Amino acid sequence: MTTALEVDREPPGARTPRTPARRRRFRADAVRYRWLFFLMLPGILYFVLFRFWPMYGARIAFKNYIPFLGIEGSEWVGLTHFQEFLSNPDFPRLLQNTLIVAGLSLFIAFPLTIVLALLLNELRLNILKRTVQTLVYIPHFLSWTVVVSITALLFAIGNGPLWTFFGWLLGTDANMLADPDWFRPLILMQEVWKNTGWGTIIFLAALAGVDQEQYEAAVIDGAGRWQRVWHITIPSILPTIVVLLILQTGQILNTGFEQIYLMSNSLNRTVADVFDTYVYFAGIEQGAYSYATAVGLFKAIVGLVLIFGTNWLAKRFNQQGIF
Amino acid sequence: MTLLKKAQSTHKRFNTRAGRAFDVLNIVLLTGVGLLAILPFVYVLAGSFATELEITTRPFFVWPNEFTTASYESILSSDVIVRAFATTVAVTFVGTAVQLALTVLMAYPLAKPDLPGRRTILSLVVFTMVFSAGMIPTFLVVKDLGLLDSYWSLILPMAINPFSLIIIKNFFQQLPHELEESAKIDGANELQVLRHVVIPLSKPVLATFALFYAVGIWNDYLSPLLYLSDTSKWTLQMILRQVTAAASLSADELNSDVPPPAQGIKFAVVIIATIPVLLAYPFLQKHFAKGMLIGSVKG
Repeated sequence: MTTALEVDREPPGARTPRTPARRRRFRADAVRYRWLFFLMLPGILYFVLFRFWPMYGARIAFKNYIPFLGIEGSEWVGLTHFQEFLSNPDFPRLLQNTLIVAGLSLFIAFPLTIVLALLLNELRLNILKRTVQTLVYIPHFLSWTVVVSITALLFAIGNGPLWTFFGWLLGTDANMLADPDWFRPLILMQEVWKNTGWGTIIFLAALAGVDQEQYEAAVIDGAGRWQRVWHITIPSILPTIVVLLILQTGQILNTGFEQIYLMSNSLNRTVADVFDTYVYFAGIEQGAYSYATAVGLFKAIVGLVLIFGTNWLAKRFNQQGIF
Repeated sequence: MTLLKKAQSTHKRFNTRAGRAFDVLNIVLLTGVGLLAILPFVYVLAGSFATELEITTRPFFVWPNEFTTASYESILSSDVIVRAFATTVAVTFVGTAVQLALTVLMAYPLAKPDLPGRRTILSLVVFTMVFSAGMIPTFLVVKDLGLLDSYWSLILPMAINPFSLIIIKNFFQQLPHELEESAKIDGANELQVLRHVVIPLSKPVLATFALFYAVGIWNDYLSPLLYLSDTSKWTLQMILRQVTAAASLSADELNSDVPPPAQGIKFAVVIIATIPVLLAYPFLQKHFAKGMLIGSVKG
């Protein structure tokens, strides 16, 4: 994963100047590689149509887009929609909700993943280790619709197992599915259930690459179990942790549309609304295309800044970045 | 492997009582974690075969006292759910084939280190991973292309996953070049090399990504929500949402001749929406860890 994003780098200065010779080479290349370019054509068309054309279309964020007039014919309004959004009382609320959901995932779900990976790594009963791994990966492959539906069944008033359990534990008979106080705990529980197990894969892969002789040497030097974990195991997954932290921080405003949308209802909207769902409600349901695009664009640009910022920070601290 | 065994025996020699206590605790803890991962699903499965009375009176069970298939019978007699299931299966099959084909066709040329423009294309692909125009501009493109209310809207906008593309490209790149070269000397063109040399060598990796694409389409809720307003075209995930979010369901809503068991049917629809993914899971599990790792080794 660390290296997957790296694009091979040519040495600087490898490019030839624009000369007739180069043009000739270009023509020769075009003939030599025509089959390869032909194979790539559908893929390139895909990226142009569904990835880059929307970026060009995103200029409606600076216009008052009216479908009837088309993008070109619509009036240019500059940063009006951005200003409107930033001064809207919805903005601080959305920011807060988004950061809390992302924070829960970063500060609770993410450390839990590391702990689970370390515990699995310490498990020497191989059959149990494989069985547990098989089981904890499963929820990752279930759709959010299924996860939310299962949540609804588990927390059903009157007969849901978890409604009964938490009701008994906390002495409450609240409708946890609609109660705004329960929204964030439920989101966190779902996130932990669905993705903690899956998240361990990358750490276990990093741990599988640790030289076993290090452990033997440590044992001979008299290191106890905790010392081995602390001085060998944890340092060996540290680069992975840093890279994942970078990726997560860059994604901090992407709360995952489906989970939040499916879990929100008229009663918990004050705590449920995040940027992604707001874009949907404003754009698709209310038809404020330009305004919703501006919100989405604002989110995307902040995300871009965050991902490059954290990457830069990681490199400053002498860790491998992702670019 | 021998190293690992040696290390384990060294571990054993230095086992302390505290260490053994930790081992026992760890076994108990992780068994618990494993159970927590599947118990919710086991409950839903048991509930789908239970009577209405049992669901509403017993708070938790992993095996119904009284076994009944009434919920499933009700589903099978419902036009809406059966049609949604068939539709989703078809879209998943066609979509996976299209998405995998597009990804492989693009990954193969990009795996040639001397391809002109390769660096630029790869940088642009990586750029789409960190920056996207967002929901509304993509929606407008799908609309402009006339794909609203078409099943292609569930397939084409996500046709190539940039991550999968780069991992498959990396995998192609570390295949031995000699085989390709000898095929070319025998007069094969690039398409033939891809079909007869590269793809046969990459079957496990491609199977893994095919399953990832398939699960992605099967589980997708956002695309049908955005692009399908015609309810008769809804996929299973949309129907599932409608069924489980409703307080109770009438036979009319489901277009069914049998009055549905209000609770039981929710359990059964969750199972129906999950079964295909669970059937694919053993195949997925066999390969995913390996597939993810092979590709990420830089070639």
